[in-house]
Amino acid sequence: MIDRDAVGAEGAPFEVRIEAGKVAEFARAVHAESLAHRGEDAVAPATFLTTQFFWEERVQGANPWHLANMSQERGMHAEQEYVFHGPPPRAGEVLRATSKITDIWEKTSRSGRVLVFVRMVTEFRDAAGRLRAEAVLTGVEPEEDRP
Amino acid sequence: MSPRSLAGQEPAPRVLGPVTVTDFVRYQGASGDFNPIHHDHLFATASGYEGPLGIGMYTAGALAAWASDWLGPAQVRRTRVRWKRPVFAGHTLTLSGRVVREYRDGDEDRVDLELTATNQDGELAVEGWMSFARPAWAGASPPEPIPEEQP
Repeated sequence: MIDRDAVGAEGAPFEVRIEAGKVAEFARAVHAESLAHRGEDAVAPATFLTTQFFWEERVQGANPWHLANMSQERGMHAEQEYVFHGPPPRAGEVLRATSKITDIWEKTSRSGRVLVFVRMVTEFRDAAGRLRAEAVLTGVEPEEDRP
Repeated sequence: MSPRSLAGQEPAPRVLGPVTVTDFVRYQGASGDFNPIHHDHLFATASGYEGPLGIGMYTAGALAAWASDWLGPAQVRRTRVRWKRPVFAGHTLTLSGRVVREYRDGDEDRVDLELTATNQDGELAVEGWMSFARPAWAGASPPEPIPEEQP
């Protein structure tokens, strides 16, 4: 069951290193053909920052998503967004990221089921402190029947 | 080069599949999301699915890659996806999209796309929206239509 008190929770900052090998591996997995994803300064694919979780899980308290207590079986990924302020990052860059649970809300489906939505925003900044990218993760879980 | 619209010049759709559990696992390894629902048959069926559930970010990533291969990965400025229907191993997906807007945003020419991934029955599995910085090879943005004056 979703813990609505998680709204506003902010994780500890964590580092995200954009690595050439990881970019190439990811590009292959999504069937990207562009040569821009290869080489030492490979451009990260549009959805590559989803690999933030590799880095986030290594830092204690960095990922506030767990606090929302979404079920692995019944929880679903509803929507995902990435916004880049300028070109996407390239291999060799090191970004500093922070995740925050910004909203928890509910909606009743047509069948009368209560759906609980959780949204987490992660900001990625470069060494100069400039905001380079934002990831917006929205998950949804049907509420268990109330007794 | 005179301003020329990219609308109607979209590349051919990319047909993916039939997708396999191996595709899901390769993506899971690349992305780091090891939720067993996407590869463990027993876990997936115990959760009420017919088999391993396709990983949403895999299809989303493939859809974004189709568009990025066209307009250039370095040009991507925004990607948003929403999942409409589950994908399972054995499904065949068709990735396509169209230009919906060409405009200037601050000091950058932009191109907005609407994207879809449909399954073998023509049903919508993923919808997406992307914004790109207009690539140099496409020339300047065509002028936006002037909105009609309200009477």
